[in-house]
Amino acid sequence: MRTRLQKWSLLLGAAAVLALPPASCAQLTQYDLESRIGMESHIGSITGHAKDAKTAYRRYCTGCHGDLGDGNGENFPWVDPKPRDFQLGIFKCRSTPTGTLPTDQDLFDTIARGLDRSNMPQWSTFTKEERADLVAWVKHFSPRWVNEKPGTPIEIPPEPEITPERIKAGRDVYARVQCWKCHGVLGQANGPSAATLTDDLSRPIAAYNFTEGSRPKCGDTDRDIYRVFMTGLDGTPMPSFADNIKPDEAWDLVFYLRTLMSQPSKAKTMAKQLGLKPVDPNAPAGQQ
Amino acid sequence: MRKESSFAAVLSAVVLVCSGALILNQKVSAAGEGKISGTVRLDGPAPHMKGIEMSKDPYCAKAHANEPAHLEQVVVGSNGGLQNVVLYITEGLPASALAEAPKEVLVFDQKNCMYTPHVLAMDAGQTFKVTSSDQTTHNIHPLPNPMTGNIPWNQSQPPGAAPIEKSWKAPEVIPVKCNIHPWMNGWHVVVKGPYAVTDGSGNYSINNVPPGNYAVTAWQELYGTQTQKVTVAAGKAGTADFTFKAK
Repeated sequence: MRTRLQKWSLLLGAAAVLALPPASCAQLTQYDLESRIGMESHIGSITGHAKDAKTAYRRYCTGCHGDLGDGNGENFPWVDPKPRDFQLGIFKCRSTPTGTLPTDQDLFDTIARGLDRSNMPQWSTFTKEERADLVAWVKHFSPRWVNEKPGTPIEIPPEPEITPERIKAGRDVYARVQCWKCHGVLGQANGPSAATLTDDLSRPIAAYNFTEGSRPKCGDTDRDIYRVFMTGLDGTPMPSFADNIKPDEAWDLVFYLRTLMSQPSKAKTMAKQLGLKPVDPNAPAGQQ
Repeated sequence: MRKESSFAAVLSAVVLVCSGALILNQKVSAAGEGKISGTVRLDGPAPHMKGIEMSKDPYCAKAHANEPAHLEQVVVGSNGGLQNVVLYITEGLPASALAEAPKEVLVFDQKNCMYTPHVLAMDAGQTFKVTSSDQTTHNIHPLPNPMTGNIPWNQSQPPGAAPIEKSWKAPEVIPVKCNIHPWMNGWHVVVKGPYAVTDGSGNYSINNVPPGNYAVTAWQELYGTQTQKVTVAAGKAGTADFTFKAK
């Protein structure tokens, strides 16, 4: 028979194990947040103030993102993908390299654009000033904005003229860096690794399906698409390819990705005229 | 002629002085730095490590065609010696021993769709290089808790990619994974101060430990940590053996 002491030490031991920090439950308190209420954001000539966003956040955002910004609002159980945990300071849509904080402008754009295929709508109803205040409010949830600076946005050269050669070269990049491992040879998100993908919190996550007509998560301009694979979508399996795709090749890849998408485009028409075939995953390197 | 001989004399004098200084230096450091060594063992039968099915990537499957890969959570060698246990000092190190991370650059290789080594220990601030020996694309995705000061990142390494050089700021046990090959998992164990990892026989030796009283901790990915006290006397190594119970 166990003594009371033994029972207690068992319980305490179990509690200690549970208290080991999984990334999602960093213990922030209202007090920590108060200390950062002076947080600002700077978008062009607009300065946002966290303190001015309190009412809007409580009305429109708390339901999913929670009072403490930990993504644990009352809608949490019903929402998938799960609401972002702002305390971690990790964001998908950035203009900055993987592992760095996004710029204020990046967060501002995400709020306006919303996130396709999630419960995050477009918040175009807010004025720019209100949105800037909300950016500052989002930042005040994470101590990272006190301790770190945002990353330096990647440089994107001007978009070149699209040509059949560039589309073909883009297909070779798709084959060489093996985008098809997750996104599939036709961009249908059915590559050999697609079924087992999980996000940073070990929750299942789907690769982007280029063919089903939905908007890319971080915007649908060519520059937005360029940015996705050159910065990675932090918190997800999508890595940064910045070290392995040169800027000029990156544009080729953007053009090729357009041929996979169902939306009509110049690239799609050109690919059709070319009779472009999908990549062959079994072809030896450099022989597509 | 004369010029030449005087040059030779100067040269030999320089060589003599230099080698003398070298020898002296070695003696000084040998007297000032001891070590803690020992063996880590597993008590009981080693748990079965499942084989890994790699057929979704033919390159990986082919690399293991003759010798199937297994999970590496518990690797037991001769006499129950436990491999991949990280030993580090949790109490007693003087500030001077913590001041600077070692200059040695560590290597974390992706080879045959596994991490080599499976457990990489390092000092906070020490540089490590992520390399790929494989002809398949990996993404290297460490998952630290950003609240510690270590920030997660996620970079691809297609065949032939250049090594990635990084370091971690703060002590933390960091899981590393490849999303493309979901069986790939490894560990970066970041500590402060000198450390060691057990070899295939469970043996380890933490070098560069000045004489003093210490607490040494052993970390194993499945069994957690154990700590014991150990004394390093001048000129005499401290010994600390650990035993983890098989589960």
